[in-house]
Amino acid sequence: MSLTLEDPRVVEFDVRTDEMLVNMGPQHPSTHGVLRLLLRTDGEVIYEVTPHIGYLHRCAEKIGENLTTPQWIPYTDRMDYLAGMNMNLGLSLAVEKLIGMEVPEKAMVLRLIIAELNRIASHLVGMGAYGLDLGTFSPFLYAFREREIILDLFEEACGARLTYSYITIGGLTHDIPAEITIPSGLAALTHQNPNKKVSWLGGLTMFLDWLEPRILEYHTLLTENAIFIKRTAGIGVLSREKAISYGCTGPVLRGSGVDHDLRRDGEKIYTRMYEGFQFDVPVAPFKKAPPEAVLGDNWCRFYVRMMEVVQSIRLLRQGIDKYTKASGTTRVPYKMTTKLPVNEVYLETECPRGQMGFYLVGNGEDKPFRARAKSSCFCNLSVTAELCQGCLIADIPAIVGSLDIVMGEIDR
Amino acid sequence: MSPADIHQQLVAQFGDKITGAKLDAIDPWIEVAPAAIVDVCTYLRDDPKLKFDALNDLCGADYLETDPKKAAKFPHQPHVEVVYHLYSYFLKHYIVVKVKLPRWQNDQVGELPEVPSVAGIWLIADWHEREAYDLVGIQFTGHPNMRRILCPEDWEGHALRKDYEFPLEYHGIRGK
Repeated sequence: MSLTLEDPRVVEFDVRTDEMLVNMGPQHPSTHGVLRLLLRTDGEVIYEVTPHIGYLHRCAEKIGENLTTPQWIPYTDRMDYLAGMNMNLGLSLAVEKLIGMEVPEKAMVLRLIIAELNRIASHLVGMGAYGLDLGTFSPFLYAFREREIILDLFEEACGARLTYSYITIGGLTHDIPAEITIPSGLAALTHQNPNKKVSWLGGLTMFLDWLEPRILEYHTLLTENAIFIKRTAGIGVLSREKAISYGCTGPVLRGSGVDHDLRRDGEKIYTRMYEGFQFDVPVAPFKKAPPEAVLGDNWCRFYVRMMEVVQSIRLLRQGIDKYTKASGTTRVPYKMTTKLPVNEVYLETECPRGQMGFYLVGNGEDKPFRARAKSSCFCNLSVTAELCQGCLIADIPAIVGSLDIVMGEIDR
Repeated sequence: MSPADIHQQLVAQFGDKITGAKLDAIDPWIEVAPAAIVDVCTYLRDDPKLKFDALNDLCGADYLETDPKKAAKFPHQPHVEVVYHLYSYFLKHYIVVKVKLPRWQNDQVGELPEVPSVAGIWLIADWHEREAYDLVGIQFTGHPNMRRILCPEDWEGHALRKDYEFPLEYHGIRGK
């Protein structure tokens, strides 16, 4: 159409909206790492979202096929780097299942303590970063204040703060220390002498006593906050059937109302760690949900994580009690060059972000013939295209944030 | 249902399309003819006694021994596999289904083996089949969007093939 500029109204009323292709990422702060979303939008409304992944791809599976299994453990730390302990545990259990190894009871209890503590740390980051996505800064600072204490405790236990490689095949690399200096963050928060000596479990108990009442504060800050509810409730609704079909796991699955937690429903080799422990599996819908919330929306997914922190604290208290009564060692020796039998196993464990699976094929050699890591976030992310359709651009950080993804695990 | 029962039911339904099984493995598996995989998987999902509503994992595996010293002892014929790990949320049972394919279609090196896609049965298979295509080099026919997912689209080769050679150069970046 050719425009004649003699009549100014022609230009004034020729306002059309065109479809636009917008790149969100890979360096967008609210995409939690290097995730690129290609949006096809009409104004503010999304027609289509295409996630592009692979920016952190390093073919961890090929690396695993060229290393013996204990050598691969440090690489699993770098998959879900916010929950390294849970990744270590997943691979260790898969190898133990393959070679039929028994782990002493004390090691199982300590593994539970470490894994649940890491789950709290991971959910704290999930909560803080989600607040950040939605434009509130303070929950992030609170979350990192708490997480710092957990990292200090991990540092005392194994020397590392992010990539632990602490849980290993046959147990844990070593026992927790008998005496530590109280974590500086905890000393400051509870007004204690920073040079005070406590036992590791004593420090942990002190931290839990301090953390438990704080969860109510987070609820006031986020969960019950009117703006937060407006941004999350009723947005990004994932139905129960779609969640199962897409292979969503963890809080995303339970937020859609599927009562499934591998700590309770998983394979024997994993669930026996949790035998004799009392804990609930939080599943949507919740009584406390605001009236706007729908089953399977952002709010439900977020709330599942918050409730899981409470359950992890419960498990930790029982674990501390059980550990002090347990005797024996925390490790059975496992030789680096142990030959894997000609067999294959697949084992999934409940990591903070969902079910992480390891598939190992033994070939009579020390290196696995096929080493595969099935990522939970990979499946959880694949629903974005469906959830974001028809929503506004501003809802995308809210939806992607509620899935709580870690790109290191997706790209492997 | 126990894996043996599942195997029996599948054999009764599909006959010689079920080409093998190893029921004494740690995770028992059933082997299915590639052409029948969609029918078998639909049956596994929909049959009221099986109800495998979830595909936990789908991956490819390349069986080839590249070291000539070990090749004589290698227990498998060279082939690639697609491994389906199924789970039922209703009945809480597991089964592994496998499909064995030649390493190259018609023995032409470079021609990828083909297997029908199950992306229409479980949505999770969409991305996982793309990953298997990308890393192991298996073509899934009938897949809505058979493109690479983790590697760049112009990447050459499939990294999890045992005879994969790392490229010496990619867009001016030296590989070694």
